[in-house]
Amino acid sequence: MASKPKSTKKAPTKASKADMLHFYREMLLIRRFEEKAGQLYGMGKIAGFCHLYIGQEAVVTGMQACLKEGDQVITGYRDHGHMLACGLDPKGVMAELTGRIGGLSKGKGGSMHMFSKEKNFFGGHGIVGAQVPIGTGLGFANKYRGNDHVSVAYFGDGASNQGQVYESFNMASLWDLPVIYVIENNMYAMGTSVERASAETELYKRGISFEIEGEEVDGMDVLAVREAGERAVKYARSGKGPYILEMKTYRYRGHSMSDPAKYRKREEVDDVRSHHDAIDGLKAQILEAGYADEAELKKIDNEIKAIVKEAADFSLESPEPDPSELWTDVLKEVESA
Amino acid sequence: MSVDILMPALSPTMEEGTLSKWLKKEGDQISSGDVIAEIETDKATMEVEAVDEGILAKILVPAGTEGVKVNEVIAVLAEDGEDASAVTAKKASGGSAAAAPAPAVAPAQEAPVQAPVQAPAQSEAAAAPVAEILSDPSIPEGTTFTETSVRDALRDAMAEEMRRDENVFLMGEEVAQYQGAYKVSRELLQEFGARRVVDTPITEHGFAGLGVGAAFAGLRPIVEFMTFNFAMQAIDQIVNSAAKTRYMSGGQMGCPIVFRGPNGAASRVAAQHSQDYSSWYGHIPGLKVVAPYDAADAKGLLKAAIRDPNPVIFLEHELLYGHNFLVPDLDDYVLPIGKAAIKRQGTDVTLVAHSRMVGFALEAAERLAEQGISAEIIDLRTIRPLDTDTVVESVKKTNRIVCCEEGWRFFGVGAEIAATVTAEAFDYLDAPPARVHQKDVPLPYAANLEAMSLPNADDIVEAALKVCYVK
Repeated sequence: MASKPKSTKKAPTKASKADMLHFYREMLLIRRFEEKAGQLYGMGKIAGFCHLYIGQEAVVTGMQACLKEGDQVITGYRDHGHMLACGLDPKGVMAELTGRIGGLSKGKGGSMHMFSKEKNFFGGHGIVGAQVPIGTGLGFANKYRGNDHVSVAYFGDGASNQGQVYESFNMASLWDLPVIYVIENNMYAMGTSVERASAETELYKRGISFEIEGEEVDGMDVLAVREAGERAVKYARSGKGPYILEMKTYRYRGHSMSDPAKYRKREEVDDVRSHHDAIDGLKAQILEAGYADEAELKKIDNEIKAIVKEAADFSLESPEPDPSELWTDVLKEVESA
Repeated sequence: MSVDILMPALSPTMEEGTLSKWLKKEGDQISSGDVIAEIETDKATMEVEAVDEGILAKILVPAGTEGVKVNEVIAVLAEDGEDASAVTAKKASGGSAAAAPAPAVAPAQEAPVQAPVQAPAQSEAAAAPVAEILSDPSIPEGTTFTETSVRDALRDAMAEEMRRDENVFLMGEEVAQYQGAYKVSRELLQEFGARRVVDTPITEHGFAGLGVGAAFAGLRPIVEFMTFNFAMQAIDQIVNSAAKTRYMSGGQMGCPIVFRGPNGAASRVAAQHSQDYSSWYGHIPGLKVVAPYDAADAKGLLKAAIRDPNPVIFLEHELLYGHNFLVPDLDDYVLPIGKAAIKRQGTDVTLVAHSRMVGFALEAAERLAEQGISAEIIDLRTIRPLDTDTVVESVKKTNRIVCCEEGWRFFGVGAEIAATVTAEAFDYLDAPPARVHQKDVPLPYAANLEAMSLPNADDIVEAALKVCYVK
C-alpha cells in the first residue's frame, strides 16, 4: 500500500482571519464544483474524460495565494480546480465541461483543454507531462523580458516519470529560469502507485542531479502549502532559478470518472477523508481561532452552493456551438503589413 | 614512391572548399598526424592532418585558392630516400577529370568519392533561373539582385526579423557559439548576443516544448532542429501543443513559432538521417508547412513564417544550402505563405515539385524540351495550405501532371495532389496523374543503392514521357 499523506499535526501556521476564510471559500468552491461535475457526468451531461480534483484542493489554493498578477500557471488534465483558483468564472468552466458555446473554449476544448489569456492560465493539457516544458517556456519568456514574474507548472506523480520533465529541469536550472515545479503526488498514477512506478519515491529529490532545490510539503494543509509556496516563489522571483515542491496529497475519486479504483482499499480513502481532509482541517482551525462560528461557515457553504448551482444551470442552458464554429480558430488570419 | 595528398571531403555534402592556409612549407618533414593545412568549407574551417610520413615535396594548390574540388591533388609527399625535388603528382591536378565527382558505379578510388546524387545538383546551381524570378509580380521593375546561397538567405531572413522584432529569438543545438551545425546561424550570436541566440542541450522534446511555452507567452521563437529527423523526438509538442491549442482554446491562445531545419535526404547518411517529413506535417490542421527551393523563396518565406501568428514548419534542404541563386535587393522581401510559383511556363505537362525536387524538375524540363515537350513547372513552396488552385489551373491547360517529391509515395504530397486534380480537373486529364518519389524502403547507405532509391531528373523525364504517351 502507498504511504499516506503526512499528518497535519504540527505547529499551526499563522494566517489572518481574512486569509483563512478566503482559503475556506476557495477550497469549498472547488469541492462543490467538482461534486456537481461528477453528478452531471452521471447524468450524461458531461462526457469524455473528466478528472476530478476532490481531495487535492489545498494544493492549488495555497499556491495561488503566493502569486501576483502576471505570474503564469499551467497544469495537466486535472485542471478544473486550477482554473477556479485562478479566478475563472465557474460558469465558463462548467459550460466547457458540458461542451457548450458559453464554455471557456467555446466547447471545443472540453475538460482537459481550457485556457485563459486574461488570467494567465495556460491550460489544461491532455498529454501527461507536456505542460512541464511549456511551463518552463513561460518562465523563459519572463527571464527573456527581464520581468520578475514566475511560472508555476503543476504535474502529478505519474508525469514525474516522463523524460521531458527532466529535459525541462535541466534547462530551467542551466538558465536559472523562474519556474516553480509543483508535483501533486496523489500517490496513484491512474491505478499505479508511486511505489510501483518510481525508483525514487521521494519525488522532491528528483531535481537533485539538476541542482534544483526541492522540498516535501503536506499538501493536505493549505497553510503549509502557502508557506512552502512563498519560499519557492521568493526564490524563483529573485532570479535564483527553479524550485521543486512535492505536495503529498490524495484524490478521493477515481483517476477519471470511468475508474473503478480497484487498486486501493476503501479504508485507505476513508482514512484520509476522515483524518486528513484539507477543508475539515481548515474549518477546525478557523473555529478554534474564533475567526468564524458554525453559522457563519454554513452561510459560506450556502453561498458556494448557489454559485455552483448557477454554474450548472448556465452550463445546461448555454447552447451547443454553432456548426460554423467547426471551422474557426484553426489558424489565425495573417494581418497584411 | 611519392604520395599524392588529395583535397579531402570533410562533410557528407562537401563538393569543394577553399584551401585557406598551408601550415607546412615545401621541404618540411611531415609525420603522420601533423596538421598540414586549413580548409574552409561552406560549413566550417577544418584542419587537415597528414596520413603518411615524408617530406612535403611540392605544394600544387597555393594557400587562398577557392573552389578546390574534393580529390584534387593539393600537394605531393616524398617518402624517405626519395629526391623531393624530383617527385611529381601521379594524378593530374588543377580541376581536371581527376577532381570531378566519381560516377555512380565507379569503383572506389583512393580517397572518399563524392555521392553521385550531388552531380545533378551542380547543374541546378548553374541554371539559376534569373528570368523566372524576375517574373515574380511582387518584385518591382528595376530591382537589382545579388547572388546568395540558400544558407545565407536563411540567415539574412532571421537577422532582418530579429532586428525588426525584439520578441524574435533563435534556439537550438549549436546555433550560437558553433555558428550553426550547417552554418545557417553564422554571426547571429555576434550581432544579437546569447540572450537571443540560445544554445540548447541535446533535448529536442524539451526545447520544442519550451519554445511553445515562450510562444504562448507572446515571444516569437525560431526553433532550429539540427535536422528534422531529430524532431520526431519533439513531435508531440509540435502536433499536440503547438498546432492544436488555438482551436482547443476557442481562439484565445496563439503559438507564433517557427520550427526550422534541414529536411529530407542529405548525402550518404543513411536511413535515420534521411527522411522527408513534408507529408507528416502537411497532415496536421493548425500547422503551416513551408518547403522552399531557391534562395529568394527561402528568404521571403522564412521572413513570412517568423511574422506568422501560427506555428510554421519550415523545411529546408541540406543539399541546397550551398547553392547560389539571385535574391532581390529589397529592404523587406516577404512572400505570402500558401502561394505556389510557376517556375517555368509550359503547355504539354505540369511538373509539380517542392524543395530540392524543383531543381530536378527544371533539369527534366530542359531535356523534355529537346524532345519537343513543353513542361510547366510549379514549385509548391508551401505544403500546407496547399495552393491547389495554381495546380488545377495548370492541369486544365496541360491536361497532364507529374507529382514529384523526395519522400515516400504512400500518403505522400503527390497522393494529395493527384487526388485533388482527379477530383477538380477530372475532365481535363488526358492521362492518370503520375508520381515520382523515393523508393518504398529506408534510405540505404551504399552509394549505388542510395542513388537508386532517391528520385531524380531521369525519373521525372520518364514519368512525363509516360503521361504524354511518348516512346
